[in-house]
Amino acid sequence: MGSDKPQALVETRAVSKHFGEDDARVDALREVSIEVHPGQVVGLLGPSGSGKTTLLNVIGCIVEPNSGWMRLDGEVVYDGGWLRSDLRQLRLEKIGFIFQFHNLLPFLNCLDNVAIVLNLAGFTPLEAKQRAVELLEYLEVGHRKDAFPAQLSGGEAQRVAIARALANRPKIILADEPTAALDSERAGIVMDLLRKVAAEQQAAVLAVTHDEKIYDRLDRVFDLRDGRLGADHAPNVGGES
Amino acid sequence: MNLAFRDIRHSLGRFLLTCFGLSMLLGVVLSMIGIYRGMVEDALTVARSPQADIWVVESGTRGPFAESSRIPGDTREAIARLHGVTSAGALTFQSVETQHGGQNLRLYVLGYELDRLGGPRHIVAGRPIARSHYELVADRRSGLSLGDRLSLGRNSFTVVGLTENQVSSSGDPIVYLTLRDSQKLQFELAPSAARREMARGAGVSGTNTVNAIVARVSENVAPGDVAEAARQWKHLAAMTQAEQENILTRSVVERARKQIGLFTAILLAVSAVIIALIIYTMTMDKLREIATLKLIGAPDRTIIGLIVQQALAMGVIGLVFGAILITLVKDKFPRRVILEPADGLALASVVLIVCVLASALGVRLALKVDPGEALKG
Repeated sequence: MGSDKPQALVETRAVSKHFGEDDARVDALREVSIEVHPGQVVGLLGPSGSGKTTLLNVIGCIVEPNSGWMRLDGEVVYDGGWLRSDLRQLRLEKIGFIFQFHNLLPFLNCLDNVAIVLNLAGFTPLEAKQRAVELLEYLEVGHRKDAFPAQLSGGEAQRVAIARALANRPKIILADEPTAALDSERAGIVMDLLRKVAAEQQAAVLAVTHDEKIYDRLDRVFDLRDGRLGADHAPNVGGES
Repeated sequence: MNLAFRDIRHSLGRFLLTCFGLSMLLGVVLSMIGIYRGMVEDALTVARSPQADIWVVESGTRGPFAESSRIPGDTREAIARLHGVTSAGALTFQSVETQHGGQNLRLYVLGYELDRLGGPRHIVAGRPIARSHYELVADRRSGLSLGDRLSLGRNSFTVVGLTENQVSSSGDPIVYLTLRDSQKLQFELAPSAARREMARGAGVSGTNTVNAIVARVSENVAPGDVAEAARQWKHLAAMTQAEQENILTRSVVERARKQIGLFTAILLAVSAVIIALIIYTMTMDKLREIATLKLIGAPDRTIIGLIVQQALAMGVIGLVFGAILITLVKDKFPRRVILEPADGLALASVVLIVCVLASALGVRLALKVDPGEALKG
């Protein structure tokens, strides 16, 4: 790694993960090495069962790999075993998650769905609300802060989910099919937002996607097949429509 | 941010409906305790009514409530002459069933000597018995009113006074008669039977028999000493008021107490199972949200708090609803229901413990949820 190049926010080396043993063994990840740098929006492509979500779970410290090495935001968190016991705290500090179906808590309004992350991070209720309002306005859903998730459109709900993911200013944003439930116009808006956040906050965005509509909004794309990561390539910018 | 409160507020109708269902169950638990309290109170009412210090009954018995007791009526004079006795009275007790207003009416007849111990303590309407015959004072629970005529045995009686909450240990309202009337009612043979006795030369036995003598002793004399003195007569047994009350609560209502206690324990166990199932189901409904909470970094205590606080809220609201419900309907119960604050607090403590224990199943389920579940479609 050159000294002029900023350190990668996500860096894995030879990470492997299998499920089951012997005849029932399934290798979900085979020595996957990947780097995502600040400001980058990286796509993970691949058919179902190729290991995309497993890789996201491993980087999100949800699933423990069987071997390899991993560093997140400058901290080595895995080296043949987890190096931290408080993985939830680690997620809270370093990682924001965006889901295909937004996963907003149905019993909290939009404001509280964002503020809860800040409450968990130790912000006072007033600070949490102020920052939540700022984020919702930044994502142009400030006018819906008192609405409950069931009252939102798909695009609005996904923007609130992005606000929640950004609430604690994470350096790493993991997105699982963030645009799959949206039409192409809204998908484009969401991806533009993620690009904007990555650029302004110097965050790394890693998105699992099947959605060809958003390829032109990705800086780099990796193919994952049978648990093996292919070489990255520049997306087909402005290509397929 | 209190997640339990937010979740409850979000689905308030469903939560309150669940609490209402639970309140029915807890209301029944509360009413069982109230019925037990009422039963003990009722049992003691009849024994406390004469305000006696000692009870003198037939030798070898624990009468007149736990066992039948018959002693000569003039025993009262002998007891009254014992050292330390300030007043004494002869009493009879008898359960009767009669008709009034076309309805069967069960009554507990207490016969007492006018101007002696044993009469009604407090008349809430009308007056005490003033004539030697054919007047009675009845408890309001009998449904009788002032001026009503009631047929007992071969005689008709007029209701001249009313009392309140004067019932026997089995819950039958007490009616007070003069001793002579009650003795005739209890011991006098029907004319045909009396004629038959006369014909066979047996003679008609006298009716001057009573069931117990009650006595009050002066303040500087121990009731136990007077009872001991009364026991010198071989045909008599004697006990203090405290011993009589102990017999009533430990012997007469003991079986009912155990029955109600067991029933209450079963109901509490059923409540625990129901609360556990409700909490488990509520947790099942929230698995995705719990996974999301774990994913965004919520510690276990936040998730446990969400479940346990909801269980406690359910228990408290259910108990309050139940208490209100029973308070509103307790007077409709055929037996007295006494709700005491101490019992309410004890039940609240038990319910809170039950809620915490019952939520353990839901907590266990929640703690096992994999945060990766949140990423599944």
